[in-house]
Amino acid sequence: MSLANYEEKATDFGNPNWVAYQTIVRSEIRRFARIWVQTMIPPAITMTLYFIIFGSLIGQRIGEMGGFDYMAYIVPGLIMMSVITNSYANVSSSVFGSKFGRFIEEMLVSPISNQTILLGYVTGGVARAVSVGVIVTILSMFFTQLAIHNIFAVVSITLLTAVLFSLLGFINGVYAKRFDDVSIVPTFVLTPLTYLGGVFFSISLLPDFWAGVAQLNPILYVVNAFRYGILGVSDISLGWAYGILLSMTVMAYLIAARLLANGTGVRS
Amino acid sequence: MSYALEINGLKKAYDNGFEALKGIDLTVDEGDFFALLGPNGAGKSTTIGILCSLVNKSSGSVKVMGYDIDQDFGMAKRHLGVVPQEFNFNQFEKTQNILINTAGYHGIPRAEAMLRIEHYLKRLGLWDKRDDPSRALSGGMKRRLLIARALVHQPDLLILDEPTAGVDIELRRGMWDFLTEINNQGTTIILTTHYLEEAEALCRNVSIINHGEIIANSSTRDLLSTLHTVTFVCDLASPIDFAPTIEGYECVFADAMTLEVKVDKGQSLNEVFVSLSAHDVSVVSMRTKTNRLEELFVTMTSEGNQ
Repeated sequence: MSLANYEEKATDFGNPNWVAYQTIVRSEIRRFARIWVQTMIPPAITMTLYFIIFGSLIGQRIGEMGGFDYMAYIVPGLIMMSVITNSYANVSSSVFGSKFGRFIEEMLVSPISNQTILLGYVTGGVARAVSVGVIVTILSMFFTQLAIHNIFAVVSITLLTAVLFSLLGFINGVYAKRFDDVSIVPTFVLTPLTYLGGVFFSISLLPDFWAGVAQLNPILYVVNAFRYGILGVSDISLGWAYGILLSMTVMAYLIAARLLANGTGVRS
Repeated sequence: MSYALEINGLKKAYDNGFEALKGIDLTVDEGDFFALLGPNGAGKSTTIGILCSLVNKSSGSVKVMGYDIDQDFGMAKRHLGVVPQEFNFNQFEKTQNILINTAGYHGIPRAEAMLRIEHYLKRLGLWDKRDDPSRALSGGMKRRLLIARALVHQPDLLILDEPTAGVDIELRRGMWDFLTEINNQGTTIILTTHYLEEAEALCRNVSIINHGEIIANSSTRDLLSTLHTVTFVCDLASPIDFAPTIEGYECVFADAMTLEVKVDKGQSLNEVFVSLSAHDVSVVSMRTKTNRLEELFVTMTSEGNQ
């Protein structure tokens, strides 16, 4: 076979990276859909409990917050909580699982670019986050009325958040050496940050010092920007939220791409 | 003749200081059926790992079908298929989906992939198992799945890292036939194996690696011609009490019905038979005591260990 034939062979089917990207995304969606009892049902049950306990039972005693009844106030935060945990968990467990089972080698020995691998995993994470986000949103409608204030903010913040936490999940998956390593960050970092990120309260209720500290928490920006999209109220400026989210996403992407290029955790 | 694989000065040192490869040079011609042999820890798997970019090399260059794995990694990988030693596919995925995914990673759309998958699964006797999860396959089937997966993008260079380990004799013979068939169709094959009769039966050229260095590299025929002594085991027609004395040959009494005769390079088996007949010893069948390549391999690698 001549070299000319080799070139032909490589481009016979159009852009190979596009086909590879679709393959990874399809495979990732099939993965979380196959185990829907583990991936879709638990967040639906957890969030329903939050709606009942915090929204209906405790919320009635709290009254209004930010000019809205307490149930309506916490719904955007709870939707974002689902988006954050599911995008992170999807990618971290998928990357670690493919390392553990060594089938990540299927990708590494193929001609896919590192960017395609990264984008494929991130898209899978976004797909799960959006699916769970939609389920939680539908469930929330049984408890309160949702009137969207700014659709652009709702969609863009959801996607940006899902991309950011998918990238962070990817970084976690790359470094993870044991199953425990993929649950440490969600348990000891993400969950506390989410609870302290203004899901259940406005930071205007905090003393000045703690309100300042709370602003170091990136989840505060996610929750408030999304709350602005739904209710039109926010503790922080939307511009700041976009700026911080975008810069964190770019940083996370660069770190993840560098890890993949170096073969960290996957090549010896 | 152009090379399917060209390795120059390839070195690999791990973080703990262990030097797995000490600067190997190796070329494999297009269309060849090539054996890369060596004891455990010699550097075979490290070499293969570098070729398919699962191991980062310390220095040196590698070209697959003329494409440098650093500068043209996409093209190099497009022409390379690897059958690893261990089962590295998703055990929860259906057999067919594993191949669809691999084809997709190589940029082959689903419709085209399905045609190829049907061909290879049928040829390797796995078509009926296409919808089964891969974990439900037997060991031999999993090995064949690895071969189908390595071939789905129709590579020009196929590397098999001990493909018949733990496979029964019938299946092994079937794999030999299949590999010979695809080699005859033009695919270059590089094989590592611990079954040296496999290398002797299949491979035209052999390289032996030991302690990260190539210690022999030539045609199988030339390499075997360097073997000085071959021990033949003769099954006798009637029992003997002791080994007969044949001038110039060493005969060893194994048991009443078995005699071992050592024949040096240049000596004649005819002389042995004539002398045995003169001693009223009748031979009904004969075989080499060990595989010839195995004998050479043990000699060469044990010299390196001294």
